[in-house]
Amino acid sequence: MKYPGMLLVGALAFSAAASVFADGHASDKALAAAVKARQSHMQLYAFNLATLGAMAKGEVAYDASAAQGAADNLVAVATLNQQGYWLPGTDSDSMENTRALPAIWGADSNAQKIGMDLAEAAAGMQAVAGSDLASLQGAMRAVGEACSACHEDYRKPRN
Amino acid sequence: MIGLLILCLLAGLWITRPQHADPADFAGLVPDAGNGEMVFAAMGCASCHMDADAPVSGELPGGQSFKTDFGTFFAPNISADVDTGIGSWNDLELASAILYGTSPDNAHYYPAFPYASYGRANPQDIVDLIAYLRTLPAISRENTPHEVGFPFNMRASVGGWKLLFASNEWAVLGDLTAQEARGRYLVEALGHCSECHTPRNILGGLDRTQWLQGAANPSGEGRIPGITASQLDWSNSDIVAFLTSGFTPDFDTVGGSMVEVVENLAMLPQSDVEAIVAYLRRVPEPNLGDR
Repeated sequence: MKYPGMLLVGALAFSAAASVFADGHASDKALAAAVKARQSHMQLYAFNLATLGAMAKGEVAYDASAAQGAADNLVAVATLNQQGYWLPGTDSDSMENTRALPAIWGADSNAQKIGMDLAEAAAGMQAVAGSDLASLQGAMRAVGEACSACHEDYRKPRN
Repeated sequence: MIGLLILCLLAGLWITRPQHADPADFAGLVPDAGNGEMVFAAMGCASCHMDADAPVSGELPGGQSFKTDFGTFFAPNISADVDTGIGSWNDLELASAILYGTSPDNAHYYPAFPYASYGRANPQDIVDLIAYLRTLPAISRENTPHEVGFPFNMRASVGGWKLLFASNEWAVLGDLTAQEARGRYLVEALGHCSECHTPRNILGGLDRTQWLQGAANPSGEGRIPGITASQLDWSNSDIVAFLTSGFTPDFDTVGGSMVEVVENLAMLPQSDVEAIVAYLRRVPEPNLGDR
């Protein structure tokens, strides 16, 4: 039954990313799509954090429902399966339009662990965002620390 | 003729000999380790001297490497360990190291250690810092020798570098308010911001005509941004929020080496961070014709 199993895996891979070749390497189009997808992912963090952050900074009035919605989104985004975005060959040495450093794919990479820290921090925000402003402000710190922990070691400065 | 050359060489070595802290500057100062902890944060000591792989708050075993155009430098152990750290140094030896880049055995330190900025610090803050350093735990770890090639491996040449580039004169002059002057002290002395944000010449000296106008990343690819008023078009409160929370106005976050800086600045009183911003607004802007 080995052969049908392989066929199934092959078919799934083919349908998920039509331009990934049989030997596992992806076409330029697939690599560009992966970069675009993860940048969109980051944009969704920023968009929802902006809602929470504007309240934390006192720029807009605290709104429990809006805060809860943004925190829920944060958890949803942080727990998405990102396997398809972080393709080998999509680092800043290999491609022009990404600042993702090759160290992300290094043997001693901590990126995945930081991703789990972020999911935990987002869950912490989700638990308190709708209750009161002070708790929301307190939960911002852990979220920011997880974001910047990854950006410290794994994102290239702008050119 | 050879006699003249030798004389010139000796005179050069004499002029560029290691300088030491003057005991008179420190006489009668009463150390305050509490303020020393703030000075320690503002100077960012831990960012370089902590264990990069397994950082523990307050532990300063050194060992982090810094790749530069001049070689690879390894931060030394500045924990209170008597054998491998600074535990056996007296206060003046520590002050000479921090303010003048001179080691207890009278050698020049390489300017990867930002004494050219720290040299502007007040003796009281240095006394307080030293008192705080002495409260931190002793960690045994032998220093890693720097990997520096010729000619930079001749430490005596660092004396010439200091003569050319280590000026204690403020970069931003003119009438400053008390708040702006406090900000200047935090940025130009303790925070040593210009070490990354100001471009360097071919010998690694800061180009003071482009103060804080952005530079090549000293430890890798990319650029360190300019932070003069026209280059940093965020509101003052946005900059304060960035420096204490790490979030940009559009909720991207701080990255790279600046992450540690933000962690340190978050420990300072808000008034100090506001002072930094007030100072940044007074830094001359790039001549737009140049770039």
